[in-house]
Amino acid sequence: MKEFLMIFRNVPPTGDAVPTPEQLKEISKPWQDWLGGIAAQGKLANLGNRLSFIGATLKADTVTDGPYAEIKEIILGYSVLKTETLEEAIELAKGCPVLALGGNVEVRYIAPMNA
Amino acid sequence: MKEFVMLFRNAPTGDARPSPGVMQEFAKKWDVWLAGISAKNRFVGGSRLSFEGRILKPGNVITDGPYAEVKEILGGLITVKAESLDDAFEMAYGCPILLLGGYVEVRAVMS
Amino acid sequence: MTNLRYEKTMLKENNLIPHLFRTEYSKITAVLSRLFGFEHIEIAEDIASDTFLLAAETWGMKGIPDNPVAWLYTVAKNRAKDYLKHHHIFIEKVSPGLQQNSAEGYEINIDLSERNITDSQLQMMFAICNPLIPAEAQIGLSLRILCGFGIGEIADAFLSNKETINKRLFRAKEKLRAEKVKLEFPSPNEIDRRLETVLTTLYLLFNEGYYSVSQNTTLRQDLCLEAMRLTFLLVENKNTAKPAVKALLALMCFHASRFDARTGPEGELILYDDQDPSLWNQELMQQGRYYLNLAAEGKTLSKYHIEAAIACEHTVKEDTSEKWETILQLYNQLLFIEYSPIAALNRTYALAKADGKEIAIIEAEKLKLGNNHLYYSLLGYLYTGVDDGKAMGYLKNALKFAKSEADKMAIRRNLEKLADNT
Repeated sequence: MKEFLMIFRNVPPTGDAVPTPEQLKEISKPWQDWLGGIAAQGKLANLGNRLSFIGATLKADTVTDGPYAEIKEIILGYSVLKTETLEEAIELAKGCPVLALGGNVEVRYIAPMNA
Repeated sequence: MKEFVMLFRNAPTGDARPSPGVMQEFAKKWDVWLAGISAKNRFVGGSRLSFEGRILKPGNVITDGPYAEVKEILGGLITVKAESLDDAFEMAYGCPILLLGGYVEVRAVMS
Repeated sequence: MTNLRYEKTMLKENNLIPHLFRTEYSKITAVLSRLFGFEHIEIAEDIASDTFLLAAETWGMKGIPDNPVAWLYTVAKNRAKDYLKHHHIFIEKVSPGLQQNSAEGYEINIDLSERNITDSQLQMMFAICNPLIPAEAQIGLSLRILCGFGIGEIADAFLSNKETINKRLFRAKEKLRAEKVKLEFPSPNEIDRRLETVLTTLYLLFNEGYYSVSQNTTLRQDLCLEAMRLTFLLVENKNTAKPAVKALLALMCFHASRFDARTGPEGELILYDDQDPSLWNQELMQQGRYYLNLAAEGKTLSKYHIEAAIACEHTVKEDTSEKWETILQLYNQLLFIEYSPIAALNRTYALAKADGKEIAIIEAEKLKLGNNHLYYSLLGYLYTGVDDGKAMGYLKNALKFAKSEADKMAIRRNLEKLADNT
């Protein structure tokens, strides 16, 4: 089994509207169900993290506030898959809810730490 | 303590690969830098990414290679424990990717 | 709410000794082991066994004494003292701490007070639930030394034979002895890590009883009740009463509340959907909620918390989409913490209940848990009403792979139901 990182990207949302708990539940359900389905197949190595929009970027010792000052897309989060092949990982990625919102999923092979 | 993720980004190098000697030197720099974070008991986990990968877009459009159309490529990420964004950001200084013109993006993890 | 009921109430005379063996053998062994040191655990076991042998002989002829437990303790104490008297070397060389100045020579205080029994058993739990030995051996030793199960019963529970179990337990004890394991409480900074192993073993012990393929329902219930008793000991001790321990006890209470409802008159398993809620034990459900509330302190969210929360949702029989949506999300969380085939199957069942069978079928097909009767049963259930022909095929497959008679009966009933409807 190999491990693959799925990176979820999309354009950052505009506006500062804070979602209500009801809306949050609605947003989270497809994610939870999709990842739950992968976990039920025993193919989720690590749930990973959802990233908040709070962040900062360091470039050669200059600081940019906010993670997305210079890019159109922002990383929303990531999870780690455990599959035999990249193809299988891509298949699993196809259910990702970010795709329905115009975002994309980058699937990357994780290099073993001591290789 | 909260968790923060550091994303290591850089411009794709194309087919150019540094010499094994240079690679080794850099690997050592990474080890030293990561060990510094571990020594403070702030390291949670991390992954180093290989160049093998694909991007999946809406309508199941697949782009081969992770860096076909992007200006930047993600080289890896780590999760750290810190009191605040500033505290986590402090740890980013000294990251070897900065020597190669890359970026460290520090992001708060949603609980 | 400290009076967790675990004692069996129905005691006929001819099963008094087996019952007392179950409850008292472990206490005597633990206390004597603590006195002699873990390395001499076999001497403690021998003395405890001898005590019961004598009880069987004496009570058979003279009748049962007024206070059988006190009788056992007195005999055990005397046997222990005899042993020590006849083994001067043992006292002088191995256990000089046991000696006390006394005119008659060896005056030994064997403390069979409730407090000392509890402490001894807790320490024994930490000694046995040790990652140095395999999980199976931990459960086996727990069953033998902490729960007083016979080797034959342990063999039954593991679907193994006495010889294998004896060997396994012997090797495990040798290993613990070689590693100089002591009967003591772990230090405060070690306790969480050590407790994790203890909880895993108690959880497996309970599941062994709850889901065992063994036909012997009494034995299975006893396994569960013993796991509860030991978990309860941990909850009662202030050093070990951590949130995860309370969550595990809550989980066990919720499951145990369905003991009477989940077994039919012929010993067949009655699935949750077909259970009569009036047979659910209200008192145990209340205790489950009580411990689940207590478990909510602190930040840790263990898999026991999630499983207990799922079991708690099941105490309301009424089917609402909200209930199943909650259960579905809990199963998602559980799978994020740890994959298990059973969690994967239950998650898919909850998905069917929350979002419909069509979507659940797609997810179920991906699980690929072939040769597992529970998997085929689930597919059978999902296809019922969608494609009854397929449902029939899956249920027949389930029947083929089911091991226990109880499971087979439940599947046959579903097959009949399906045939009646078509």
